[in-house]
Amino acid sequence: MIWLHPSERTALWLSLEVSVRSVLLGLPPAVLIAWLLARRRFPGRSLLDALVHLPLVLPPVAVGYLLLIVFGVRGPVGGWLHRVFGITLIFTPNGAALATAVMTFPVMVRAMRISLEHVDHGLEDAARMLGAGPLDRFATVTLPLMLPGILAGMIMAFSAGLGEFGAVITFVSNIPGETRTLPLALYTALQSPGGDAAAARLAAISITLGLTGLLFAEWFARRVRRMLGR
Amino acid sequence: MLRVRVALRRGAFALRARFDLPTPGVAALFGRSGCGKSTLINLIAGLLEPDEGFIAIDERVLLDTSSGIRIAAEARRIGYVFQDARLFPHLRVAANLRYAERRAAGARYVGFDEVSALLALEPLLERRVHQLSGGEKQRVAIGRALLGQPRLLLLDEPLTSLDGARREEVLPYLERLRDQLAVPMVYVSHQFDEVLRLATHVVLMDAGATIAEGEIGPMSLRPELRRIVGADAVGAVIDGEVRRVEADGGLAAVQIGDGELRLRAAGLAPGMRLRVQILARDVIVATGDPQGLSVRNAVRGTVRAIAADVADACLITIDVGGAEILARVTADAVRELALAEGLPVVALVKTVSISADRLRRL
Repeated sequence: MIWLHPSERTALWLSLEVSVRSVLLGLPPAVLIAWLLARRRFPGRSLLDALVHLPLVLPPVAVGYLLLIVFGVRGPVGGWLHRVFGITLIFTPNGAALATAVMTFPVMVRAMRISLEHVDHGLEDAARMLGAGPLDRFATVTLPLMLPGILAGMIMAFSAGLGEFGAVITFVSNIPGETRTLPLALYTALQSPGGDAAAARLAAISITLGLTGLLFAEWFARRVRRMLGR
Repeated sequence: MLRVRVALRRGAFALRARFDLPTPGVAALFGRSGCGKSTLINLIAGLLEPDEGFIAIDERVLLDTSSGIRIAAEARRIGYVFQDARLFPHLRVAANLRYAERRAAGARYVGFDEVSALLALEPLLERRVHQLSGGEKQRVAIGRALLGQPRLLLLDEPLTSLDGARREEVLPYLERLRDQLAVPMVYVSHQFDEVLRLATHVVLMDAGATIAEGEIGPMSLRPELRRIVGADAVGAVIDGEVRRVEADGGLAAVQIGDGELRLRAAGLAPGMRLRVQILARDVIVATGDPQGLSVRNAVRGTVRAIAADVADACLITIDVGGAEILARVTADAVRELALAEGLPVVALVKTVSISADRLRRL
């Protein structure tokens, strides 16, 4: 990384940081929603399923725009966060993390849900017959058996998050050191005269990171399958 | 005493069940596949809720819809051994057992070491679940259910997924459980030989309803049972006592009713009490004392009843003095021999036809 320009290095670190934060932000609701979708039958389930997947089909710019409306300083949630906690999301790394979390949420929920659907519902009944209450069952049977899916979802969401562009640039703009993540830096380099070499370097990093993430996810899934004897 | 009265309706399926099991004892829920046996034990377990019902173990009421009592499944202290074992795949065998032990409530009557010894689990403790054979999985599942210190153990066809040899890896352990721990059990099965070996009490189910219940001897004579087990497995279950063992041939003479039956079985000793099933198709009926036959067993009795059986055959109930056996005879033979109620007859049973899987030591 010695051959990276300091501003490029900043963008790389910022990207990693934003992606980690987005994964941590999305994790609790993703586990909950994956569990709801896989295990519960309730009115509005299809609607919830569709809402979770919405970012996959919406233009990312539209997501960014919606985030601006809701989480902007004058927005209903953004305004409240600003007044009560002094938290500003707009133009900040936290805002970038929020936009990334929303965009990668479907990927994360999907991985967890698929893994949970493979967990035999009968095991929860078995735990129940051994005296385990609902929370106990969730913590000692459901969650551990979901864990491979949770980790796979986190890895996938992290990798996908590194490449988030449209929603981020729309919601938190393109501020060096604050919100200029790897893809934004790449875009900026392409827009500047003589930025070709920088763009190539940034693209190479993106490819490396993405590939590493995918290979790691695959290796991990194989290892877990072997451990559970599937 | 386990008392169960439940009714459930789900779409086209209706279940209506009522039975009592004296405790400690083993009730076999016996019926064809799809007759509602599993649904019934899920209702007892609390995994399903009936529309109305009453379930109590001794004085403890688990469910009473008329007064709104519904104890949750996790608080019923009922052990459940599923057909597919359902061991936790993320835990080793020992951890599966500890899972139950840690959550056990109420009085502890059996400990970890005792359970491992009883079911021969020591060599398996460090294994992962996927490294176990089918029979081993079921033994661990039984051990895990026991460590929950259950007041009642439900077993849903625990041997069905196992082949013959693997079944023999588990059955003796279930017998030990019954004899040494005296845990009341409800055992779902559609194999009569399992019922013969394990059950003290039989509850027959057909088309979602319990249709008859009682001790295994009288139940083996019921016409409803014949429909369930199929013609070839029909046969009276009777208890007898070993009188003597012939040193040379390995044949044991067993007192049954007023008569004596000679049968070949290893490890029998005088004074031992046995329960055997004599299949109706293996019994020949004669009206006079037979001459020049190779059959070793001839028991005198009186015809009690003649009932129509499968195609052109009749089932003859013969009272052999305090016990009844069944014989299948063709309708022609009934006419020719002029068999009728009250007629003295001789029932002939071939020695080899009483095989080990139709015999149980009491």
